[in-house]
Amino acid sequence: MADPGKYVTPEQQLYAEMLEKGMYVGLLLLLITFLLYATGIVDPYIPLDKIADYWHQSATDYLHQAGIPDGWGWVGFLGYGDFLNFIPIALLAGVTIFSYLTIIPILLKQNDKVYAILAGIEVLILVLAASGLLKAGH
Amino acid sequence: MRKKAWIILLILSVVFLLSSAVSPAFAKDAAEMMAEAAGDHAWWFWPLVLFVVTFALGIFAVLGGVGGGVLYVPIISGFFPFHLDFVRGAGLLVALSGALAAGPGLLKSGLASLRLAIPVALIASTCAIAGAMIGLALPTNIVQIFLGLTIIGICVLMLTAKKAEYPDVPQSDKLSSVLRIYGVYYEDSSGKEVDWKVHRTPLGLVLFIGIGLMAGLFGLGAGWANVPVLNLVMGAPLKISVATSKFLLSITDTSAAWIYLNKGCVIPMMVVPSLVGIMLGSFVGVRLLKIAKPTFIRWMVIVILAFAGIKAFLKGIGI
Repeated sequence: MADPGKYVTPEQQLYAEMLEKGMYVGLLLLLITFLLYATGIVDPYIPLDKIADYWHQSATDYLHQAGIPDGWGWVGFLGYGDFLNFIPIALLAGVTIFSYLTIIPILLKQNDKVYAILAGIEVLILVLAASGLLKAGH
Repeated sequence: MRKKAWIILLILSVVFLLSSAVSPAFAKDAAEMMAEAAGDHAWWFWPLVLFVVTFALGIFAVLGGVGGGVLYVPIISGFFPFHLDFVRGAGLLVALSGALAAGPGLLKSGLASLRLAIPVALIASTCAIAGAMIGLALPTNIVQIFLGLTIIGICVLMLTAKKAEYPDVPQSDKLSSVLRIYGVYYEDSSGKEVDWKVHRTPLGLVLFIGIGLMAGLFGLGAGWANVPVLNLVMGAPLKISVATSKFLLSITDTSAAWIYLNKGCVIPMMVVPSLVGIMLGSFVGVRLLKIAKPTFIRWMVIVILAFAGIKAFLKGIGI
């Protein structure tokens, strides 16, 4: 049996480790925040028995009727159980950005400028998507 | 590591089921709750059904050789009372979580190639953002119609597409040579090292524009399209294509997921049961893979997908 590590570049190994850590932390936090939310330990913004009044509407109507801001507005609602769950969800959606950031120094050290630039552009694209600056909607 | 993921997912699912029982909203009499569930449904009814259905989807996805997202969006949008906006948001997070769970192992084993993924992901993730924005701007029924047609198209692709274990790549193209997209991996079945390289890279990158757009537009994981392009067009070995495709979803779906997240298309009571259900189902599916009849399951998945595609199309045209 060959050692799989010998087929893996240092940047790929580092990327994998970062992704793995982020994934486990994200899942663990999701467990904790969902527990706090669903058991009622932390009160939700939208009561559990009212959720069904919203999920059949479009996201635009849901935000409007529930009085929830779009973009990163959820950060202001972190005192509520339902919005606490957005922390691990954002972490799971953000771990790729951190993974890319960790490999850029290695790529530069190897003088692999093309891939360092590609990784840098990817980070910018993902940060732009995450920023909430790109508005979409009906 | 896989055991850890198992434990976390098991705890999550137990938490979900138990929380239903200890929540203040559950202080009601059980008979009253059941009566409610039979009529207008108690709040926990649909999340619970969602958990059970996504658990089954997770099993079928593995046995049928498709991603969870591609089953999730048409089936949940077709048969559940959730708006398509939330289904697409949850679908992307489901596909993203599956990719995050599998990605590290695939990268460490050398089956997924970061070098192959980086340029491809840049195009796919950028286009997924555009797809998500278009999808959220279009009227829901139009998206539903195109979702139905796409799903039917995926069924045709599943029925007709061939796979090449080791595609013949006589020579690398200029672009892949400059980008040094090649590698070597250890093939367990033969006990040999396999060298690989790719060709037709510009064409592959162009095709990833469409793949990214569709991933964002419909909230589908795009493994069904990634694999044929990487394998049949660019000539990467099947194992490299499948593994890189799975890892690729962690990048493509991340960009689209942020657009949906920022637009408010995420309801935790939908996302968490779906995510836990499909991941637990996938773990069970992997274990069943040894005893299941893959051809039969694959046919079943195609039939279910076709049915869901037709249902999505009919819903879109108002029938």
